[in-house]
Amino acid sequence: MDFTYDDEQVALRDAVRGLVRKAYGDFEERRRTTREDPGFSEKLWAQLAEMGLLGLPFSEDDGGVGAGPVEVGIVAHELGRVLAPEPYLASVVLAGGLVAATGTPEQRAELLGALSAGEVLLALAHQEPGSRWAPAASAVTAREEGGSWTLTGVKEPVAHGARADVLVVTAALPDGGTGAFVVAPDADGVTREGYPTYDGGRAARLSLSGTPATPLGEPGADVTDSIAAVLDTARVVAGHEALGAMEVALATTTEYLKNRKQFGVPLNTFQALNFRAADMYVSLELAQSVVHWATMVLATGDGDRSADAAARAGLQVSRAGRHIGQEAIQLHGGIAMTAEYSVGSYTAHLHVLEQLLGDGQHHLAALAGTVADHEVLDPLAAS
Amino acid sequence: MQLELSAEDQAFREEMRTFFTTQVPQSIRDTVANGRELTKEQFVENQRILNAAGLAVPHWPEEWGGRGWSDLRRHLWLEEMQRAYVPAPLAFNANMIGPVIAHFGTSSQKERFLPATANLDIWWSQGFSEPDAGSDLASLRTTAVRDGDHFVVNGQKTWTTLGQHGDWIFTLVRTDPDVKKQAGISMLLIDMTSPGLEVRPIELIDGSHEVNEVWFEDVRVPADLLVGELNGGWTIAKFLLGNERVGVAPVGAIKRALGRAKELAGPLLDDPLTRARVAGLENELLALELTALRVAAHSSEGAPHPASSVLKLKGTELQQAVSELVLDLAGPRALGAADATGSDLPEWARRSAPTYLNLRKASIYGGSNEIQRQIIARTILGL
Repeated sequence: MDFTYDDEQVALRDAVRGLVRKAYGDFEERRRTTREDPGFSEKLWAQLAEMGLLGLPFSEDDGGVGAGPVEVGIVAHELGRVLAPEPYLASVVLAGGLVAATGTPEQRAELLGALSAGEVLLALAHQEPGSRWAPAASAVTAREEGGSWTLTGVKEPVAHGARADVLVVTAALPDGGTGAFVVAPDADGVTREGYPTYDGGRAARLSLSGTPATPLGEPGADVTDSIAAVLDTARVVAGHEALGAMEVALATTTEYLKNRKQFGVPLNTFQALNFRAADMYVSLELAQSVVHWATMVLATGDGDRSADAAARAGLQVSRAGRHIGQEAIQLHGGIAMTAEYSVGSYTAHLHVLEQLLGDGQHHLAALAGTVADHEVLDPLAAS
Repeated sequence: MQLELSAEDQAFREEMRTFFTTQVPQSIRDTVANGRELTKEQFVENQRILNAAGLAVPHWPEEWGGRGWSDLRRHLWLEEMQRAYVPAPLAFNANMIGPVIAHFGTSSQKERFLPATANLDIWWSQGFSEPDAGSDLASLRTTAVRDGDHFVVNGQKTWTTLGQHGDWIFTLVRTDPDVKKQAGISMLLIDMTSPGLEVRPIELIDGSHEVNEVWFEDVRVPADLLVGELNGGWTIAKFLLGNERVGVAPVGAIKRALGRAKELAGPLLDDPLTRARVAGLENELLALELTALRVAAHSSEGAPHPASSVLKLKGTELQQAVSELVLDLAGPRALGAADATGSDLPEWARRSAPTYLNLRKASIYGGSNEIQRQIIARTILGL
């Protein structure tokens, strides 16, 4: 049992930290970038590709690097620290993850190779208006006629759906289950309406009407389990992103408490404020333990355990994110209400991560369903 | 990063599990399982069994019965002990005065006290707190004045846990009233049968007699029972209170209590609100356990891990929250007195309120949770 990074992982962290600090070390730079479409820096995206970070989770046969969830988590953590708006989670982890899980070897090589190289941006169109993080699709339906497939219905919100070069779309299959498809944005019947999300990110409404689509993997195969597994992986990766964001939100808050003066003294003269910052630290440490553990569970490749661990990490991070995000604003006071100051955006982004992948109550409900299945939890139990 | 225990640590864990579940009398384990008070004889019998097997004081120097285990192994040892309802070795002996004498004592003090302390041939009591020296321990007023080969001690100690069983008491006394308060304190070992020493019981809110006042009136203490330097007692006190990295939070005991609560809940566990409450507690407990593992696995020798305060703070809160859950599960059945003979109400329900009330102490003793927040704010966050 080991909760530390090895030398190579530390080097990866330092390299990513250096790169994203150059891009967004000045918070104003992030504001500028997110004001205009596509809402992120194509230049930084290309640099991430050059460093091999976009292909991190994919096998070398698929054009990737063949690293594991630990390395992906390291990247996400660093992106989270500066609130990098690049679509790493949306494109690499979610869309790329589903292609890796369901595509044929040819599809994987083509799509993931291009994604890894930064040539093609993928987006996953899975959520539907009214659905709450279910792994199955229902509002978009797939039809097959003479070996050709078409999709009809609306997907929304689709993270980075307006900028994507290729859409990975899930749809209800004619004979039940959910299939995954590749859709070209310029195909017949596609309408995309992009918009900024409240944290400066990007999402879109995607409407499909008899749109031609290519099944990922075996045509007609139900991939609901693969979707669920990709969502679980993304939850843990998002946990790392959230840890990075919470770490900086707390550090920004403690710096402010030391420097801001009221009544002629620094704010950290007041114990009521210091104690609340101490509680934020407690929340952060506890969340970090669960996220790192869940990452190691993911690395075992055991699907059932991973689903459980992802829900546990999701719940812990949700609780911590709300606590730290809300307190970071309150302890700053009015300045944190301004868009110019970073802390409010950190809080907003922590919420966006929940809405993308499931909030604390969603995970708690899942866990409540399994309380009678075990006497006590044993996080070190062998599978 | 690695999830699994090494094969050696896994084998160690199995060995501990087997020992604790087969070598400690069932009657002692049942007493703990049912939340009843252990008798002095049970404490002594248990500790002698552990000591004979080298499992009472594994963290002491090897010369005096220590085992040279890693912190992780000590964590596993303690977890398995708690899991099997085996009482821990008496903390005053094993965790407090033993390590102090081993570190600061003279060779004759070591010879005289350490083997007897490990074997619970001597039952130690703690004489630190006073009516006007709680969290502000350094303001203690019990005096020791040199008189030839003796110190003469006058004053009052309080909150002396299980002092009614005590043979000896380790005390902090004021030996120099004219210097900064921390600089005038010494540690003395005092035979509790000395003339002028009196133990008076304090009845607690749960009806128990767990703590005592200890009064000293012209108690003569041989000068060779001074531990460490004259006026060096504050250093010893800090060593004693601050060097713990393992066992700061009784994770195993809380897990066991929560597991048992689920069992006792019966049909109440079908209630969605109860299930959600249990699931939430299980998740927080998982986060605590994983944090304890992180601290145990990655502490640098000697220095307390900064997250130790997190463990104390969160550990006591969860311990209390689980006792509150059990109280709520008992409902009206909690009104039956714990020692009622003519009651049909189950014993666990009748013990639930006393246990809940008793555990309010957990966030007060050993450095109250407000002190822990102060430590986090000051030493970790630099506030």
